[in-house]
Amino acid sequence: MHRLYTAVFEPGFFGNGQVHVAVAIGGVVAIVCAIVGVFTVMRGQSFAGHSLGDVAAAGGSGALLIGLNPVAGFVGLGVVGAAVMDMIGVQRLRGRDLATGIVLGAAIGLSALFLYLTATTGATTGATQQVLFGSIFTTSSATIGVVTALGGVALAAVALVHRPLLLSTVSPDVAAARGVPVRLVGVIYMLALAVSVGLSSIAIGAILSTALLIGPAAAALRLTKRVARALGIACVIGVLATWLGVLLAYDSYYWGSAHLSLPVSFFIVVVIFVTYLVADAITARLARTATRRREFVSPARATGTEG
Amino acid sequence: MFTGFMMNAWITGTIVAVVAGVVGYFVVLRGSAFPAHAIPKGAFAGAAGASLLGISTLVGLTVFSILGAIGIGSLSRRGRSDVATALALVLMLALGAAFLSRTTEYEPEIYALLFGEILGVSSSAILPVAGLAAACIAAIAAIYRPLLLSSVVPDVAEAKGIRGYRIEMCFLIVVALTTAVTVPVVGALLIFSLMIGPPAAARSLTSRPVLAIVLAVVIALSTLWAAIALSYLYNWPVGFFVGVLGAASYAIGRGWSTWHRSMRAPQGV
Repeated sequence: MHRLYTAVFEPGFFGNGQVHVAVAIGGVVAIVCAIVGVFTVMRGQSFAGHSLGDVAAAGGSGALLIGLNPVAGFVGLGVVGAAVMDMIGVQRLRGRDLATGIVLGAAIGLSALFLYLTATTGATTGATQQVLFGSIFTTSSATIGVVTALGGVALAAVALVHRPLLLSTVSPDVAAARGVPVRLVGVIYMLALAVSVGLSSIAIGAILSTALLIGPAAAALRLTKRVARALGIACVIGVLATWLGVLLAYDSYYWGSAHLSLPVSFFIVVVIFVTYLVADAITARLARTATRRREFVSPARATGTEG
Repeated sequence: MFTGFMMNAWITGTIVAVVAGVVGYFVVLRGSAFPAHAIPKGAFAGAAGASLLGISTLVGLTVFSILGAIGIGSLSRRGRSDVATALALVLMLALGAAFLSRTTEYEPEIYALLFGEILGVSSSAILPVAGLAAACIAAIAAIYRPLLLSSVVPDVAEAKGIRGYRIEMCFLIVVALTTAVTVPVVGALLIFSLMIGPPAAARSLTSRPVLAIVLAVVIALSTLWAAIALSYLYNWPVGFFVGVLGAASYAIGRGWSTWHRSMRAPQGV
């Protein structure tokens, strides 16, 4: 038993300070992302969700350059980006793609400049990687408080408007006819999205912020159509995938003799991706058996009514 | 400004802008901005993998961008296409992060792959770039009519026997090839700006397809030429100018069309 235990949790896993921080911050971010993500997937705004991460990263690199607090840069530019996307027309289905694309293109140009200037002024090294990939293991414990507070704000905003938000997501026309301020609700949602994505990119890197936003929510929405249940499932998948990823990344140092030590984002993404594929396969299988049963039952019913 | 290595920059830049304008028109028309962002960004992982294995970057980029295109296309068949694109993208990026953790690649090279290195193009790179670019344009020309039809009126295209899925796959592969051509030159992130801003501006100026494609190419060319010149003069990264000028061209195009419409409206009423 003990052998199995040490095989799963390599020595020092539970005593490691970085692991504590990673588990705490990863859990908080995973929950915030999963909840906001369910709405993002339902609204078909994955592109905006991903782009805001890149926009926030541009803000982060700008903040790094002028010596501002990176959290302010990440969240600040993310919110500005969301506002501009809304102005260009992210709320309309047709213009959404383009609005997101234009803002993203401009933001990428800005990050090119900021990262270049940062590299040439030589203030810090590894800025490109840090901003693009980040690492949950390098997060300082001081960030936990900020992340939790801002995550709470984003969740509170979503909770506040969740009814009109759901209605305007499922059918904008009905929502508008019932007097729901569809545009305003959309803006509040975009701002919540910007805050949570900015937050998760600073905490765990831009790759993971998209992965945690879309993956668990998409898998949950494959499994159930009921929103409340999907929210719960997405949170569970997100948190478990994050923790499993942290564990695997920690363990990977002990695999083989080469001290592989693969990045934590790699493991989390692989776990999330596999979960999505499994959820997809389960749903497809259930749908197939359901059709077969219906095909089997219906002729019997037909003869029953005849007889 | 027009000597030695700068000449290479002008030639490859011109090729890249032409391809980006043509392919970008369909990206904007089809609403495929997300795949057009995801394929080049994910292909970056291929370049990292290639440097790990010690093979040519171009091979890594081509393989990964085509795999990415196929992944996005086949995942989209079963679920929402934006979700499929996001998942394929993060998977490729995660692989890239894993490759990078194994290499000793230093930061400037990563920066160059992401944001481009147009001023450092060698003359031996021109020929493969030109060849792949010609292949992209030829592919678009070959599927031009069904592609246009399925982009604008998908229902009519299906009724005429054009398989939407097949066209989508062909188009994604063209985007993948474009990626392989352009990433070493303008970088994984900036090819996106070049494929979105100028064609979007062109689309807001005219609704006629051929004219819009020509306009998109012209705007893309002027954007990239201006970016190269500014970058040469001020020594700032070319990517910054491409990104900002691309967005600015869209803003100007849209402003112009709004102004034009408001001028014409009273006469119409």
